[in-house]
Amino acid sequence: MDAKGKTIPVLTVLAAVVVIWYACVVWMNAPFEYDKAERAGTEIGFSQLVSNTMNQERPVLPAAHQVAEEMYKTIVLKKFTSKRSLVYHGWITLSATLLGFVIGTALGILLAVGIVHNRAMDKSVMPWVIASQTIPILAIAPMIIVVLNAVGLSGLLPKALISTYLSFFPVVVGMVKGLRSPDRAQLDLMHTYSASTAQTFWKLRWPSSMPYLFTSLKIAIAISLVGAIVGELPTGAVAGLGARLLAGSYYGQTIQIWSALFTAAILAAVLVMIVGLAHSYVLRRMGQKPEGAAT
Amino acid sequence: MSHDVVSASDLSLTFQTDDGPVHALSGVDLSVKKGEFVSFIGPSGCGKTTFLRVIADLEKPTGGDIQVNGVDPETARKARAYGYVFQAASLYPWRTIERNVGLPLEIMGYTADETRQRIARTLELVNLSGFEKKYPWQLSGGMQQRASIARALAFDADLLLMDEPFGALDEIVRDHLNEQLLKLWDKTNKTICFVTHSIPEAVYLSTKIVVMSPRPGRVSDVIESSLPKQRPLDIRESEEFLKIAHRVRDGLRAGRSYDE
Repeated sequence: MDAKGKTIPVLTVLAAVVVIWYACVVWMNAPFEYDKAERAGTEIGFSQLVSNTMNQERPVLPAAHQVAEEMYKTIVLKKFTSKRSLVYHGWITLSATLLGFVIGTALGILLAVGIVHNRAMDKSVMPWVIASQTIPILAIAPMIIVVLNAVGLSGLLPKALISTYLSFFPVVVGMVKGLRSPDRAQLDLMHTYSASTAQTFWKLRWPSSMPYLFTSLKIAIAISLVGAIVGELPTGAVAGLGARLLAGSYYGQTIQIWSALFTAAILAAVLVMIVGLAHSYVLRRMGQKPEGAAT
Repeated sequence: MSHDVVSASDLSLTFQTDDGPVHALSGVDLSVKKGEFVSFIGPSGCGKTTFLRVIADLEKPTGGDIQVNGVDPETARKARAYGYVFQAASLYPWRTIERNVGLPLEIMGYTADETRQRIARTLELVNLSGFEKKYPWQLSGGMQQRASIARALAFDADLLLMDEPFGALDEIVRDHLNEQLLKLWDKTNKTICFVTHSIPEAVYLSTKIVVMSPRPGRVSDVIESSLPKQRPLDIRESEEFLKIAHRVRDGLRAGRSYDE
């Protein structure tokens, strides 16, 4: 579908979301306004109620414009170095995300290569890889932080390792499938040339696995961000989007929570988009047939 | 014996499957001499492809003896004795045509200069000059198969193993490629083993036709063709041609290939 054909449906959905959001704002913040009016011994009119619910200092549910205003203040107006700048906190989280993503990708690829080439690893590693993902990350994150702290590692790396813990999984699964994707004839061909295992890997298995790799990387980068944020929650981190979420919830700063949430969501979308662009760039370089081309 | 390119005696291969053993080849005696064009014809399950794969060391026989260029198939494979053309072109989609043809050369460690020359020469041989930079999807099925033949010819193997290379193509393209293949065979003096299940194709191309039959896979007739080496397409209407085709059909019938 072309860009023009998408705009109207997207805008329609967005408008619906905003309408529902504002309806909820009035509905959820109204009890507080009624209480206030009752304590002051006054009646409150409907239009007054609506306007009040949208401009509370600590609303149950902040209005969209309040979140937007807060994000504008903390992203654009604040200096990047300020402890209240979301760019500063975003960068802290992003650096852990990227480091964890890189380590996770490398680990995932290495494990997949081992699984594909070694029978013993094929039988033994995969069940552990799957088991690792059945443990809730919230349970294991504090352990990782504590254990690494005990051996003198703190700061960026422990958080990154939690990202790694989540992100290596889709890479292993995708790459095992990708490295095994060459068909019988393609592999037989290599055999007729008496190609070495390394030659078969670099000239056949690796290029065949590229579409699988990038599909996995899109998932991996998004959950790397989740991992980094989760890594900031149980550790009393003072900086990062996770720390902003936590501090916001301690002090009832709902507007701050929602701004951090939206920043994280936008960050995730941008990261996934970058991986997507890399995906189409690489496949184009590999001579992929353009979509819709005649055969 | 030493000048035979392929010689098999009492060769058998049994696959163990969940439904019991499958006798893909049983008691096959056969020799292929240098410069021959040998077709293997028979219904599916007769072991013609399996026999080709045994020559190529893609399957191990379970009994009997086979030699390729006077040595066992594994040694022959390592000595790069043959080029193999599969039923599907099996070009690597991320490589251009020239890089596909150059793939075996890369693996075998030819110099860049030598590689370039050989790619140009073999593409010329299959009439694909000018398509060097194209990707496989940009070529028709027949052109893709020609590229895969070029790939098998790029290094100096004297034996060309072809497993139903034109099976997936329509008849018009197939006729054309058959004609080209004969010219190529004439020009290069290769020995060709060619699997097919088309009687006219087998008769038109071959100097020797091996008729095979299934359950167990075995040779039921070997026909030396009396057709001249120069074969225009219309030789297929000649009496000689029809006589050979008739004998092939008889061989297939004797092997109960038309049952069921």
